[in-house]
Amino acid sequence: MKNRAYPTWFAGGALLLYGVFVLLPSLLGLGYSFTDWNSYSNDVHWVGLDNFATIFDPSSTYVSAIQNTVIFTVATIALKTVIALALAILLTSGVRRLSYVYRAIIFLPAVLPILVVGIVFKSILDPEVGLLNSTLQLIGLGGLAAQWLTDTSLAIWSVIGVDTWRGVGYIMVILIAGLHAIPRDYYEAASLDGASRRQVFQFITLPLLMPVLAVTTVLNLLYGLRVFDIVLVLTNGGPGYVTQTTYLSIFSDFGRGQYGVATAMSTVFFIVMLGLSFLTIKIMTRREVA
Amino acid sequence: MTVYTMRTIRSAVSHFTASGVGILALAPLYIIIVNALKTPYDASSMGAGLPLNPQFGNFATVIDQGKLVSAFMNSVIYSVGGTVLAVLTSAMAAYVLARHRRRSHQFIYLLLIAGIAIPTNFVTLTKVMQVTGLIDTQLGIILLYAATQIPFSVFLMYAFINTLPQELDEAAFIDGCGPVRTFVSIILPLLTPVVATCAILDMLNLWNEFLMPLYFLNSTANWPMTLAVYNFFGQFASSWNLVAADVLLTILPMIAIYLVAQRWILSGVSAGSVKG
Repeated sequence: MKNRAYPTWFAGGALLLYGVFVLLPSLLGLGYSFTDWNSYSNDVHWVGLDNFATIFDPSSTYVSAIQNTVIFTVATIALKTVIALALAILLTSGVRRLSYVYRAIIFLPAVLPILVVGIVFKSILDPEVGLLNSTLQLIGLGGLAAQWLTDTSLAIWSVIGVDTWRGVGYIMVILIAGLHAIPRDYYEAASLDGASRRQVFQFITLPLLMPVLAVTTVLNLLYGLRVFDIVLVLTNGGPGYVTQTTYLSIFSDFGRGQYGVATAMSTVFFIVMLGLSFLTIKIMTRREVA
Repeated sequence: MTVYTMRTIRSAVSHFTASGVGILALAPLYIIIVNALKTPYDASSMGAGLPLNPQFGNFATVIDQGKLVSAFMNSVIYSVGGTVLAVLTSAMAAYVLARHRRRSHQFIYLLLIAGIAIPTNFVTLTKVMQVTGLIDTQLGIILLYAATQIPFSVFLMYAFINTLPQELDEAAFIDGCGPVRTFVSIILPLLTPVVATCAILDMLNLWNEFLMPLYFLNSTANWPMTLAVYNFFGQFASSWNLVAADVLLTILPMIAIYLVAQRWILSGVSAGSVKG
């Protein structure tokens, strides 16, 4: 009865598309990582672990690309979570009227193509004529004006800042829904017991919001590790390689025809993400039981 | 009275903060709009001043030079095609996977949603696209777009289908409906809310997708809006008025849709992350 009523071929379309365009390339990648596959020759030779040795050479730009990606990911997770949580609480308990309007406006950057956000901020952060530096000068804070995208120690933080601006509204909207899902009774009981705002936040809001915070962290994590568009437009990995990320280095190797190394880098990334996918599935499916 | 005053002050501070953040969120959009109407000289600093002498001709230049009409059509074809395909195949898969309680089906489900995390290997995917003859084709991009949206769509639909009583489809089956008819006339109508959510999220992702066209579409004629605006930016980086006009026209459809459908978009975004 089960097989006739719910034929497994119904899953065929999804499995075929997913298998051909997601799983197959990843599995092929495992094999090609050990070869010298490139655009200059049709012959592909086995080179063992050479590609991985190139990638994990401590002085290579690949290692710094991985480091930058991790810095970007950790920083954007922290910034987006903290700011989005503050805004979500502000819009659910501080502001009553117009709350919906504020929410819709703050979310707006999330519907813009990331690429477009990059282009606009490239102009805003321009050291000579950009809006940020000229505004700082206008309000007498000219000392804070900086070479936002070309200063080697500042560039990655500018990229992180722009991406936080872009992504914070999305996380805020999820957290607002999470706050609304907390039963009012808890807050009523707390106010009867004379709990302070801080206590309410610490003992009710935060613990009950944890499952939602776990999901937003996973979303930020998956986005952060794959970051590409915004960096490409703002700095293209520069100055030098100080803002180079994993996806950017794969793209530039691909452009240079060094497919073997690019595939090996993709494979390293694939294995890391495969590990993270277990965590993702665990966190995202946990609430189905509850 | 003091409680009342406290409350008023707190509310004023809250509104002040919220509008401040709102202004920060809107500022770049404002910058784009005013500069899109400036002369090249006035726009060279991308300042916040209003255009003294509005240049509506900028838009005509951009539509012509930036190949915006064909790029717009391509974006519509890719995002709508990818979304429809992803939503349909995901709904069918989620339905049978949710109804079977067997280990094999559980495994297929987990394999599919692992794709939420698994990254695309663009290098070997190029090989796959070449071998299948799909590289630099519109069909190829649509199939690829659909594949990337399937994992999260299956995840959302599976959870939703689990809330639908199985008696519904069993009754239909006993009345003599085949599996296809049961799915189309009983299940699919009940899935409307989750289908809408998935469609909104998929569309949003696909309309803004940039990396896949960058890797797999070489012909200018096949470019979507994102790739067209990126190339326009590369060519006209010094003419900020034209870049701003190009950017404005690129984001206008999305902003129009957002203004109309914001309620659904905002609730769709939190679906799947928040239960109840």
